[in-house]
Amino acid sequence: MSVLIPATLAQALSALDDAPSSMVLAGGTDAMVEINGGHRRPDSVIAVGRLAELRTWTHDVISATLRIGAAVTYAELEADQFRRWVPALSQAARTVGSPQIRHAATLGGNVATCSPAGDGLPALSALDAIVHLVSITGQRSVPFAEFMVGPKRTSLRPGELIEAITVPVFAGWQGYAKVGVRNAMVISNAGACLAVDDEGGVRLALGSVGPTIIRCSQAEAFAATVVDHGQRAVSEADAVEFGRVAASEARPIDDHRSTADYRRHAIAVLSRRLLRRAFPNG
Amino acid sequence: MSTATREGTIKGRLGDSPPRPDGLAKTQGAFAFAGDLSADGFLWGATLRSPHAHARIRGIDLSAAWKIDGVAAVITAGDVPGKPTYGLISKDQPVFAADVVRYVGEPVAAVAADHPETCRRALAAIVVDYEMLPPLFDPERAIDGSHPPIHPDGNVIRRQRIITGDQSLQGEVIVEGTYELGMQDQAFLGLEAALALPDPGGAGVELFVATQWLHEDRGQIAACLGLAPEEVRLTLGGVGGAFGAREDISLQVHTCLLALRTGRPVRLAYSREESFLGHVHRHPATIWMRHHATAQGSIQRIEARLVLDGGAYASTSSAVLINAVTHVQGPYKCANATVDGYAVRTNNLPCGAMRGFGVVQACFAHEGQMDKLAAACGLDPVEIRLLNAMETGDSLITGQVIENVAPVAECITRVAALPLPDAPVGGRDGDPLDLPGGAGLTADPAHIRRGIGWGVAIKNLMYSEAFDDYATARCTLSNGVASLKFATVEVGQGFVVLAQQIARSVLGVDDVVLEPIDTTIGSAGSTSASRQTWMSGGAVDGACRLVRERLFELVGAQYDIEPVQLAIDGRDVIDTMGTLRVSVSAATAGIELVETFEHHHRPTEELDENGHGNCHTAFAFVAHRAVVDVDPELGLVKVVQVATAQDVGVALNPLSVLGQIEGGIAQGLGLAVMEEIIFTDGRVRNASFTDYLLPTMLDMPTVVAALIEHPDPMAPLGAKGVGEPPTISSTPAIVAAIRDAIGRDLSRVPVRPADICLP
Repeated sequence: MSVLIPATLAQALSALDDAPSSMVLAGGTDAMVEINGGHRRPDSVIAVGRLAELRTWTHDVISATLRIGAAVTYAELEADQFRRWVPALSQAARTVGSPQIRHAATLGGNVATCSPAGDGLPALSALDAIVHLVSITGQRSVPFAEFMVGPKRTSLRPGELIEAITVPVFAGWQGYAKVGVRNAMVISNAGACLAVDDEGGVRLALGSVGPTIIRCSQAEAFAATVVDHGQRAVSEADAVEFGRVAASEARPIDDHRSTADYRRHAIAVLSRRLLRRAFPNG
Repeated sequence: MSTATREGTIKGRLGDSPPRPDGLAKTQGAFAFAGDLSADGFLWGATLRSPHAHARIRGIDLSAAWKIDGVAAVITAGDVPGKPTYGLISKDQPVFAADVVRYVGEPVAAVAADHPETCRRALAAIVVDYEMLPPLFDPERAIDGSHPPIHPDGNVIRRQRIITGDQSLQGEVIVEGTYELGMQDQAFLGLEAALALPDPGGAGVELFVATQWLHEDRGQIAACLGLAPEEVRLTLGGVGGAFGAREDISLQVHTCLLALRTGRPVRLAYSREESFLGHVHRHPATIWMRHHATAQGSIQRIEARLVLDGGAYASTSSAVLINAVTHVQGPYKCANATVDGYAVRTNNLPCGAMRGFGVVQACFAHEGQMDKLAAACGLDPVEIRLLNAMETGDSLITGQVIENVAPVAECITRVAALPLPDAPVGGRDGDPLDLPGGAGLTADPAHIRRGIGWGVAIKNLMYSEAFDDYATARCTLSNGVASLKFATVEVGQGFVVLAQQIARSVLGVDDVVLEPIDTTIGSAGSTSASRQTWMSGGAVDGACRLVRERLFELVGAQYDIEPVQLAIDGRDVIDTMGTLRVSVSAATAGIELVETFEHHHRPTEELDENGHGNCHTAFAFVAHRAVVDVDPELGLVKVVQVATAQDVGVALNPLSVLGQIEGGIAQGLGLAVMEEIIFTDGRVRNASFTDYLLPTMLDMPTVVAALIEHPDPMAPLGAKGVGEPPTISSTPAIVAAIRDAIGRDLSRVPVRPADICLP
């Protein structure tokens, strides 16, 4: 097994072009588990976690967007400025693993692994994040909804790296909540991210309850008819109905971590509570 | 004549909490655990395990594995030169499965090679031809005989009844319930690991291993290797926790076999996934109980049926069963009993020792019953327990009289007097992380309900049923420095510091050297059953006292003073009836006083067919009160506070006692709300710390502890074992608090979110 630690993004892309089947390593918190468990035996590894080009972020005030380099860690996303710009993503960052894991794990790695339980992903879905991909031949940008095509399946092409993720910086309320069986450092059994966009739309994305992150178009449409933005109000009955509709859009399964019934129930509760947090009056 | 050369009194005597000799290294990551062992030119070992729960082995083809470059040995059942099986009580477990595999994960072959990757390839190249056999997973089918025997010893490992008093008595109040417990893993952090060094010519072997009982290991290993016990020498490797999981043989025989076969050092270490398969677990159990009481709540009779799933091999199942049936009355007076218990064999993972050893299961049932009884009689949880609390002189349902200090009522009233948490739901600072759901930010304070629950327990100390689990220690005193030698395994409990404290107190020395923990001295028994403070503590104390007698004889002869007049004062020997004062270091300058002592506890008896007999050595008691915040809609919990009072005899090292209390509560909390090995058809589904969840700091409650100190006259140092009680009744206390919060019966642990919030 060869391990390359490129000094520049160009070197990394060149190496990836030479050996497109290489494992791209960022924080390694997923990859090393697979390697140590004997589930993956890559011939070559390209370590991108220290590439300066991937370690930066840019807040564009004019366009109200935030471009986050793929190798920005979850520990960094917990910091104050991210909590102001993208509170839901920052909250999600806090729920990832332990402090040690969060210091290694990167947003780009989470996107590349693309597990339905990936904690960063519901926020990216709710925010309609753009995934910027780069290869030796050029760049392309893909909406997150098109990037994630199945459980741990993406539309990443051979030779492509995730360079950055762009998300909008909304003025409205947003938050993330997830259910696990302990109070920290736990894999998500059901998660939900709710964000209010600058047009007043309520966006809701669910994690761990389907093969991909699920955007709840019906619940979002229902919310548009019942929330009062001026008063930041929604009735309890409408919030309950919002949760019920969201739960009906989930496609959970039974496994050793939980049951489909519980996951669907949890989505109803979390969605209702998130909507009430966004619209606490009424 | 010299006098004491150090200022002040000796620090680190009994009753103090001196720093542990292994403490700094462990906290700094410098401590060498067994997994860190290596030797020049060592080979890596690895184990091939059965993928099937029950299958006949028609053939094993090793040829492809042997052809791989770097492979030094490939061994199977046919390569075991001595006894083909081992086991702590009955030797029913094969070193390697020969004809039949009986659980997923059972060892079938082992390899030694130049690199872990070579080992992996060699294991993959071994071809085993299996013929599927019908698996037995349901313990009731083991009992009713409807499944053919899966082992020559049959499907019932042991049945034990207790028939006492009036068998037809019916109480004015009758409550009953069925209680279930899932399979808990000990989940020690330091994985199984060993290094074996073969003697030239295969005449013997030296094994460095993380274990709980060096001499028992040695006996079982030697028998399987076909060597005499003295040809197998064991030294303790650094142990990162045990909790019962290292009491049975795991990789010991395999490592030695590979070393003897190759003539080279062999290192074998399990991964976390393999560890789940490689050691015994806590018995899953189903316990039905019916309590008969007077209208006022006095217990008159208990009925119980206990079924413990022992898995594929016996391990300590029969002893675990005895503990479960003999503790099912709890720490409460009861004159009449009809108890029937089974430990059965199935094709699940073998189960054996884990902290609490059968009493955890019994306590979850009897404490659930006590709350039901309280409700039926219109009493609160404290009143019903005080009303029935056992005292010294009471008889157990086995007929054994409790001769120990038995401050059950005092434990309960002390806990009741401890303050409840003053912080409101969500914590004083309103930190959302302190709510149920924690970092998941699932709840707001308005969603939460708080409950309070109780658990009280009795726990036997040391081994039972006629077993003489003695401990040995040697003390050497020279130039004012004491050296202690024992085979007492340090698993993290802190015996290494306690031994030093004993020597300082008895001998008036500051410096106590600990010699290597190995088999060059007699057995210390197992580090389990809350027994080492009592047993090895007694042995160290005995050896030090013998040395002190020699010291007094020596000084007495020198100064013509009767030795009985002499005493230790600070660092000096003094004449209690005169003026002589001579320092211990001066008195032992250039000489060496050496004494060895074996401590035996009083003998115990086996139970007869009706479950009668003085089967236990001694008992300790504990009470817990849990305060739990519950999110009833999501079924998530936050244990806010656990208050406890524990009957410790004497706190010889208060900090260590507190450590045991806090750790035991963490383990009890784990069983209450998250820790369970999940199976599908005998296959573990969650063999990792991603999915087998242990409590984190955000799950741990504030612990408020009161130590009940009444020196026990039966205990060598007045101190009772403290390791197990904290984990026993903390579980039912937490579950009772959840029931209290949501007004709903919960009869199974761990309590899952869906159990709380779904119909």
